[in-house]
Amino acid sequence: MLLRHTSKEVKEREGLTINPAKTCQPIGAMYAALGIHGCLPHSHGSQGCCSYHRSTLTRHYKEPVMAATSSFTEGASVFGGQANLLAAIETIFSVYEPDIIAVHSTCLSETIGDDLQQITRKAKDDGKIPEGKHVIFASTPSFIGSHVTGYANMVTGIATQFAVSSGVKKHQFNIIAGWMEPSDMREIKRLSKELGVKIVLFPDTSDVLDAPQTGKHVFYPKGGTTREELISAGDSLSSLALGSISAEPAAIALEKSCKVPFETLDIPIGLSATDRFIMALSQVAGVKVPDEITAERGRLVDVMADMEQYLYGKRVALFGDPDQLLPLTEFLLDLNMKPVHIVSGTPGQRFEKQMRQLLDARSPETNFRNGLQADMFLLHQWMKNEPVDLLIGNTYGKYMARDEDVPFIRFGFPILDRIGHSYFPSVGYSGGLRLVEKLLNALMDRQDRDALEEKFELVM
Amino acid sequence: MEANIHFPDPSKVREELIQKYPTKVAKKRAKSIIVNDPQIIPEVQANVRTVPGIITQRGCSYAGCKGVVLGPTRDIVNIVHGPIGCSFYAWLTRRNQTKPESLMDENYIPYCFSTDMQEENIVFGGEKKLKIAIQEAYDLFHPKSIAIFSTCPVGLIGDDVHAASREMKEKLGDCNVFGFSCEGYRGVSQSAGHHIANNGVFKHMVGRNNTPSVGKFKLNLLGEYNIGGDAFEIERIFEKVGITLVASFSGNSTVGQIENAHTADLNVILCHRSINYMGDMMETKYGIPWMKVNFVGAESTAKSLRKIAEYFGDEELKAKVEEVIAEETPKVKAVIEEILPRTKGKTAMLFVGGSRAHHYQDLFAELGMTTVAAGYEFAHRDDYEGRHVLPSIKIDADSKNIEELKVVADPELYNPRKTEAELEALKEKGLEINGYEGMMKQMTRKSLVVDDLSHYESEKLIEIYKPDIFCAGIKEKYVVQKMGIPLKQLHSYDYGGPYTGFEGAVNFYKDIDRMVNNPVWKLIKAPWEKAGNGAGLAASYVTQ
Repeated sequence: MLLRHTSKEVKEREGLTINPAKTCQPIGAMYAALGIHGCLPHSHGSQGCCSYHRSTLTRHYKEPVMAATSSFTEGASVFGGQANLLAAIETIFSVYEPDIIAVHSTCLSETIGDDLQQITRKAKDDGKIPEGKHVIFASTPSFIGSHVTGYANMVTGIATQFAVSSGVKKHQFNIIAGWMEPSDMREIKRLSKELGVKIVLFPDTSDVLDAPQTGKHVFYPKGGTTREELISAGDSLSSLALGSISAEPAAIALEKSCKVPFETLDIPIGLSATDRFIMALSQVAGVKVPDEITAERGRLVDVMADMEQYLYGKRVALFGDPDQLLPLTEFLLDLNMKPVHIVSGTPGQRFEKQMRQLLDARSPETNFRNGLQADMFLLHQWMKNEPVDLLIGNTYGKYMARDEDVPFIRFGFPILDRIGHSYFPSVGYSGGLRLVEKLLNALMDRQDRDALEEKFELVM
Repeated sequence: MEANIHFPDPSKVREELIQKYPTKVAKKRAKSIIVNDPQIIPEVQANVRTVPGIITQRGCSYAGCKGVVLGPTRDIVNIVHGPIGCSFYAWLTRRNQTKPESLMDENYIPYCFSTDMQEENIVFGGEKKLKIAIQEAYDLFHPKSIAIFSTCPVGLIGDDVHAASREMKEKLGDCNVFGFSCEGYRGVSQSAGHHIANNGVFKHMVGRNNTPSVGKFKLNLLGEYNIGGDAFEIERIFEKVGITLVASFSGNSTVGQIENAHTADLNVILCHRSINYMGDMMETKYGIPWMKVNFVGAESTAKSLRKIAEYFGDEELKAKVEEVIAEETPKVKAVIEEILPRTKGKTAMLFVGGSRAHHYQDLFAELGMTTVAAGYEFAHRDDYEGRHVLPSIKIDADSKNIEELKVVADPELYNPRKTEAELEALKEKGLEINGYEGMMKQMTRKSLVVDDLSHYESEKLIEIYKPDIFCAGIKEKYVVQKMGIPLKQLHSYDYGGPYTGFEGAVNFYKDIDRMVNNPVWKLIKAPWEKAGNGAGLAASYVTQ
């Protein structure tokens, strides 16, 4: 047993987190900044932060993840990191020539009280930012929230530091991407195009973290939301924020700064959430949903109906991030499955309330917890008490799945041991189809493995 | 070999590497980019601050302490005191394999423990939460040892992890609790964390159990972390030749082994950078000499085994070592003979770690490949130039902050295993007793040595030299591969290995052969992108 010390008996803990179902803010900020074209993320803290975040993102994407660090030493920690950041900005612009540097803070720079707004302003005043180039920033203290919070903070920083209201509205709509994969962002763009709606999607990591092999390393890949698009986001007719935790804060900020009204939706994972997304986008833009999208939807529903017997009542444990867990849980319920345990390390009453609402209506007996000590250790203990047929979560779930001999579907962040998430979407109807395929494969492979010889089925 | 490889003019390369930097940066980097001459061995600037913004390979002190040195010991509960990220990122990512003796034996390596500090802990202090966490870990697991690792904010807000550890150790009674001040900002790289880890392990673990270890030839293996099962292969060979491994620092190790390590008669050091402090301190306190060895490469393994046998000076052991080498060599030979024609004459670059960039040159030499440029991520001058430069290394402000333990001979346990005369005699026979010659002596003239390579420099080097393979870590892996050059990860081995010993050498030969000769590198261009194709298609249709 890999997790041989995990006992069945659940004891409340106050100080110790074991096997966390979250990580810290700065990695989310780094990921978000990679979704801006020509942008180099910069970590204002010790070298380790930047190294760890780049490593984790690289393992998840199997792609170059470029980012720089302020390389704090003890001196910087005592006297403040301003000199380090100013030096970094100068070095980066002369050596790596980005259009934009997106600085995020760390627990170190936050604890000593470095003010990124003041330092970046000083960089500008001192002439360290070349003409036409930008340094944007987000405060991302690791001791608040989770990686999802850091993503939201950087997306908010992007929105407020670029978008400008020119006074003349453009016939376009912002879609603020919650934490999703490049494949998902590509799918959102495809669906919007299919609907005939002009959108500004940000951030957008497609064509950045799924870059083609060309024999050349392109430091700033072709993808990412452009500076011009971001500036124009202030003139959009309205915004759709996909995810109340990871995307909505940026939409709120944009409403404040540029008076762009917004609506918050779930990330369109699964049938119902995708329905709401398509409805909302077609309504705000005043367009009719084309037959092709209706047909896509029909294909998903068709599979759900045809294969319902293999999904019905299957007990699922899941862990991950709020904006994914909500629509995913709803989708499992639409599939007539049974979410039994749900855990997220990301704190927040908003999420707690939304999830409770969903569960109260459709699955009141589900164990659900988020925030402090809502970790994989607790989830594993729950699984030992009330066993499940399937586990869904990031790669770290494989240890629990192996110990408990439960089929496992990788979903969320980080996925360190499989590919696919960056290439094949989980959002939209086609993403739903992919999820159903994954669910069925996991469950039916298990049925095939465990069936008695006389009960082994050819046709399923 | 030198004659076959075309080296670009290395001084021009150096100029090209630094020309885009701002003046101050260029001046600094120039001192870390050195054209090698093994006869003279020029000075390399190393273990100095990284230029902010330059895009470095380096990590932090915490990574070196918790991640590298303490991480591989399976029965310590390692609690990271700090916000959640630090513990999360070091969770199982270094591939330290471990093999508990039974299903009941302790193994906490698959677990991640953190105090998950929140804003209120930063503002009001986190010691209380830390003590609660220690108590909870004890109540849940009853481990023999709990180690506490400080992350950046801990030192800044003044949490005293050492006092908290002492208090809890006393309170719990049967659990050894100790802390490490390995905040990420200490020092200039992981290296500071190695030193801090060495100090803590020496202070709090080594020497706690004086039960004499059993065996005729007893040694400790230092600086081997069992990545990809490296330690398993070394253990296999030791067992075959009849060498008793008392303790490993720290691959596949237990607390019990380390607490008893001072009963061994020799320390052999693999990764000089991360563990040389331990060798020195154990020599001073207990009289155990240390010797640099290298089990990376079949020939190096044979050489190291012979050195160990020479140290113990036992004819039977020497004969057994020869017997084992003779037994293992044919398998290795068979593979290399088949592979060599496909790898011979190719070139490699190694920019990794604090020892690996040296050790793996042996394997490439066995493959007939030349290392045209190499450097470490976090090593010191002695790892490049040899330990004889130690007295001339300037101690700067960043190194001064790392504690140097004052170690003296133990009044009861000090027992010099060899007399001064015996040690001198061994040195004369070519054994590196308490010494290390460093990387540069082994590298060819005109090869390039670069410390703390930046991303920019790596792209330039690849452009200029077009090596057949590049060795580094995960952050560099896909960048280099996008340039059409295979990258071998020498931290994680690309999830393969082991690469030590005889079996490891065979694994490495096969992996490198597979990588440099993989057909995929020739498939990068689409047929219509190749000259003569594409645009001509329509015309050829017309003419037919």
